[in-house]
Amino acid sequence: MTGLSLSHLSVHRGPCPVVDDVTLEVKPGECVGLIGPNGAGKTTLMRAALGLIAHKGDSSIARLSSAERARAAAWLPQMREIAWPVSVETLVGLGRTPHMGPAQRPGPLDRAAIDAALARMELAQFAGRRATALSGGEQARVLIARALAQEAPVLIADEPIAGLDPAHQITTMRIFSDLAAEGRLVLVALHDLGLAARFCTRLVLMHRGRLVADGEPADVLNSDNLARVFGLRAFMAETEDGPVFQPLEVV
Amino acid sequence: MSYSMLLSGLSLLTALLFAAALLIGPAGLSPLESLSALVTGQGEAAVLVMREIRLPRAVLAALVGASLGLSGAALQGYLRNPLAEPGLIGVSGSAALGAVIALQTGLAAAHVLALPAMALAGALLAVMLLLLLAGPRGGAFTLILAGIALSALAGALTTLVLNLSPNPYAAADIVFWMMGSLADRSFMHVWLALPFTLIGWLLLAGLGRGLDALTLGEDAAEALGIRLNRLRLGLVLGVSACVGAGVAVAGAIGFVGLIVPHLLRPLVGARPGRLLLASALGGAALLLASDIAVRMILPERDLKLGVLTALLGAPLFLHLIYKTRAEQGA
Repeated sequence: MTGLSLSHLSVHRGPCPVVDDVTLEVKPGECVGLIGPNGAGKTTLMRAALGLIAHKGDSSIARLSSAERARAAAWLPQMREIAWPVSVETLVGLGRTPHMGPAQRPGPLDRAAIDAALARMELAQFAGRRATALSGGEQARVLIARALAQEAPVLIADEPIAGLDPAHQITTMRIFSDLAAEGRLVLVALHDLGLAARFCTRLVLMHRGRLVADGEPADVLNSDNLARVFGLRAFMAETEDGPVFQPLEVV
Repeated sequence: MSYSMLLSGLSLLTALLFAAALLIGPAGLSPLESLSALVTGQGEAAVLVMREIRLPRAVLAALVGASLGLSGAALQGYLRNPLAEPGLIGVSGSAALGAVIALQTGLAAAHVLALPAMALAGALLAVMLLLLLAGPRGGAFTLILAGIALSALAGALTTLVLNLSPNPYAAADIVFWMMGSLADRSFMHVWLALPFTLIGWLLLAGLGRGLDALTLGEDAAEALGIRLNRLRLGLVLGVSACVGAGVAVAGAIGFVGLIVPHLLRPLVGARPGRLLLASALGGAALLLASDIAVRMILPERDLKLGVLTALLGAPLFLHLIYKTRAEQGA
């Protein structure tokens, strides 16, 4: 199984480090939430881990060849780009690019992966619709389905649930935690700390390019970290419905 | 309509127009006479008309039209912009500059291939400058910037040549050449353009998979295993080779590379990879049809092909604006 191992990963923009000496080990079966305020370096860390930008240090996925990487890791960028009015099915099918030959003819395995991804994201009834004609939240779900159709052992997603309605935020996080339970590795950047606490097996907190906390959600979201990194005071409790986290005020 | 049906339809249309281009002309040969002259070589005048005038002209129309359609589709797919066209990266402008210099210096009169050879040299220089300016890495944006800079420079230098032209006849020659035409071309032009055109087609035909993935943006495409640097290099070299060769033998013919991908996009489900072959066939058909029209509308006056395609292009654009507004409900 493919894990993700980063050692002393740094990314510089000009002289200043955007990601500063991050070492992180994630194993298959984990659903890791990457949290931190805006500009903490979450997106840059994920892109460097994938080898999409120049970096110092080492990442087990960036080391792979471009074709191997595409089969090892699916990347869901924050920018939701759908350039052409292709059908939802076609768009989700793009996730099969690494598995198909140059002729790009989907075989039965590809068809099954596309159908499974559509069904999982509750998009089966949209399959024939033009992707650009859907609402923003629906487009976000189509793009998640695209990443699922890639069927890579590692899924790295940058704020995938921003802009989804509450029910679909919960469903999507549930899908991510199910994928981890199936033995895949999920690394997901999130701003909703409540959902992060409920669905992630582990949280990694970034602040000004550095990794400042890593562990169980309840440990990472302690009042000291919240005040120092987010400038927040929050309510957190373990209930019979699982952990509940609610930001209260800015400190 | 399925993709294979669309391709068969477009191929049939192109074949019919190619036949029509061979059969229509001012020489007033009957279709039967024309074909038998072409195939059997019987009848001296008819053979001359068919083999030396109409056949190279029809072949060039198909070659240049296909190059323009294919390049337009590839550039639109790469830049994810339906307004991109083959002239955008500055290669056509530079090829035209080479041709204009050949006309101005009198080289063009010295040898029949001097003008297209100078145009090809202009295109080649443009590619090298373009790759230098846009750098080995870097995305679509730097390519557009470099292309616009190059187009502007080539345009300015072309005007400078016209400006300094001491001889009004040379200036008139230049202006007429720049309108684009396929009149009086021979097989020498075909043999000159063919290798570059084929290389360009081969390079562009391999881009479909990458262009499809680019629908999701550059970052996602790269993570899907597409090597964007290689894709961009193939695109620049492919467009330059086939469009440079096209400009060298036919002058600057606008709108075909812009309008053909636009018209065919809905018929291929908007997939950039499938649009490549469809646009190549569509471009060939459109340029063959335009070249037939040029000969039929004003047979006495040498109506320029580029003028006609521009005249066709503008109303098609108006139609697109109308359609877009109707879709937006405005």
